[in-house]
Amino acid sequence: MKAITWHGKHDVRCDTVDDPAIVNPRDAIIRVTSTAICGSDLHLYDGYIPTMQKGDILGHEFMGEVVEAGPKSSLKTGQRVVVPFTISCGSCYHCSKTQYSACENANPADNQDIGREGYGHPMPGLFGYSHMTGGYAGGQAEYVRVPFSDVGPLVIPDESIPDDKVLFLSDILPTGWMAAENAEIEPGDTVAVWGCGPVGLFAVQSAFLMGAERVIAIDHFPRRLELARKFGAETINFEESKVYEALMEMTGGIGPDAAIDCVGLEAHGAFADNIIDQIKASTFLGTDRIHAIRQVILATRKGGRVSMPAVYGGFVDKFPLGALMEKGLTLKTGQTHVQRYLQPLYAAIAEDKIDSTFLISHRMALEDGPLGYQKFHDEQDSYTKIVLKPGQAAGAAPA
Amino acid sequence: MTDSETRSRTAGQDDAPVTASKTADPDRKLLAEAVTINRPARELYDFWRDPTNLVSFMDNIVSIEPIDRDRSRWTVKAPAGREVSWESVITKDVPGEEITWQSAEGADVANSGRIEFRDAGRRGTVVRAVIAYDPPGGVIGELVAKLFQREPRIQTRRDLRRFKQLMETGEIATNARNPRILAEEGK
Repeated sequence: MKAITWHGKHDVRCDTVDDPAIVNPRDAIIRVTSTAICGSDLHLYDGYIPTMQKGDILGHEFMGEVVEAGPKSSLKTGQRVVVPFTISCGSCYHCSKTQYSACENANPADNQDIGREGYGHPMPGLFGYSHMTGGYAGGQAEYVRVPFSDVGPLVIPDESIPDDKVLFLSDILPTGWMAAENAEIEPGDTVAVWGCGPVGLFAVQSAFLMGAERVIAIDHFPRRLELARKFGAETINFEESKVYEALMEMTGGIGPDAAIDCVGLEAHGAFADNIIDQIKASTFLGTDRIHAIRQVILATRKGGRVSMPAVYGGFVDKFPLGALMEKGLTLKTGQTHVQRYLQPLYAAIAEDKIDSTFLISHRMALEDGPLGYQKFHDEQDSYTKIVLKPGQAAGAAPA
Repeated sequence: MTDSETRSRTAGQDDAPVTASKTADPDRKLLAEAVTINRPARELYDFWRDPTNLVSFMDNIVSIEPIDRDRSRWTVKAPAGREVSWESVITKDVPGEEITWQSAEGADVANSGRIEFRDAGRRGTVVRAVIAYDPPGGVIGELVAKLFQREPRIQTRRDLRRFKQLMETGEIATNARNPRILAEEGK
C-alpha cells in the first residue's frame, strides 16, 4: 500500500510499504477514506520530536471503512468509522475513569520506558507519533491497523453525513472541546484563546456553547482571526497590538476569567537537557512560544483558570510559577480523552450546533501528501487544514 | 529470601521498601517492581501459579517445563546465542496471595524471587515482584552476569507490564503492523 512516511527534518515521502493485517484479537483493519495533516504533525516535520525513526508512517486524524475485524473486535466489515488518535484499552483503571489518554496498556511494554524516564510515567499509545507514544503506524495511508478497535472507533451509520463533517472527531474537535471544558467556563465569563489554529477555533466555538459571554481570540494570521470573528469572537492581532494591554482594557482591568493556550511549543517531546540547550541555541520560535504561555498567566484574572491543550514536551525557562501561585490560578492540561467526547460531539455535529468543516482549505491525493506538508508548513494563512484522500488521482490541483 | 529482607522497615528510619534504599549494598542484587492490575488477586495468582503461562509475557524465555507441582525447569536466552537453564522450586505458596521460589542447588545462576498479590479494592490488585540473585563466578558466571546485567530491573518491569496487558485486555500490545513484522521482531 501507499503511505506517508517520515525520513527526517522536512523529508516526508509517499512510500510503498507492507500492508497491515490483524495481529491481535481486538484489532481491525481500516481502509482510509479521509486523513488530515495536523498542526502537531508539523512538529514531526520540523524534526523536533525525538524517537522518530526513518520510515515511520505518519497521521493521527483519519477515518474509513472496516475491511477486516479481529475475533474480539466489536466492528463489522463494511462499517464506516472515525478513529480517535489516542489508542486506549478500555480495561485499565484510567480507562475506567474515562481518562483514556492515560491508558496504561496501549503503549507496548518496551516503548513505555522512554516516557517513564522522561516524565516519571509512560506516555499513552498514539497513532503515527514517534516511538515514545508506541511507535504505531499512522493513518496517512491506504490502510491502517487499529488496535483495541472495540474501544476507540465511532461508527458513523448515517451515509448522508460526509467525511468532512466527522473527520475531526478523531482529534482537533474533542481537543478544542476539552480545552474549553478544562477552562471551567461559567455563564457570563470572558474567555481568551491564544492561537487560532484548528484547536483554537474549535475552542472558540466550544467556549460559546458552554456559556461564555465573550471570547477574545489572539493570533497573527488575518485569515484565522477572520474565522474566529465569524464564530463571534473579538480578536487581537499580536503583531499589531499589545496583547496584555488590549486584554486589560477590553475586560475593564480585570483580565479574562479563563484563558486557553492553543499555541504550544515547537520543541515539544524533548526532555533531555541537551535538547533544551539545542532549543535555546537554535530557535527564536521556542522563545516566542514560551512567551505565549507566560502572557496567558500574566493576563488571566486573579482566581481564574488556565487551560493548556497546547502540546509541550520539555522544560521551559522563566515560567511564571510565582504569578500562578500568587494569583491563585488553576492550570489544567493534558492529551485529549477523545473516546469520552465522541458521542456527544457527534450529536452536536448532527444537530448543526458545531461547524466542523469550516477550516478545511485544501483536499489532496494521498500521493501529494509531501507537497501538503510543505504547503501547510510554509503557507499557514491560506492552508488552514489539508485533508488527504487516498484513491483520489494524484497531481490534481488542490481543491 | 526471607520476609525481613524485603519487607521490613530499614532499621526504623522510614516506611519505604528496602529495595528503594539509597545505602543498599551494591553487590547485593535485589530488586522489586510493583504494578496495579485491574483484576481480582485470585485470578492473577491462579494464572501465575501455572508456570507454563509465564512464557506468554516474559521476555527471553526459551521454555519453562513443569517437573512436578512445585518444580520446573527454566531455559533462558543468553548472549551469543547460548542458553542458560536451571531448576526452580516453589518454597512458599499462599493461594491468592504469594508465591516464593528459588533455584535448586547447583544452578548456573542462583536466584530467588517472590510474587505478591495484594487486594487493592476498586483498583484491582497490587502485584509486586521481588527478585534476588547472586552473580556467579567462572566463565559461565561471566556469561550469566552479562545476561542479568541486561538491566534486570527494566526486564522485570517490562514483564510485569505485559502481564498487566494480558490480564486486563486479553492481549499483549504491539506496534507490529502485521504478523510478518511481529515474527521478525521475535516477540
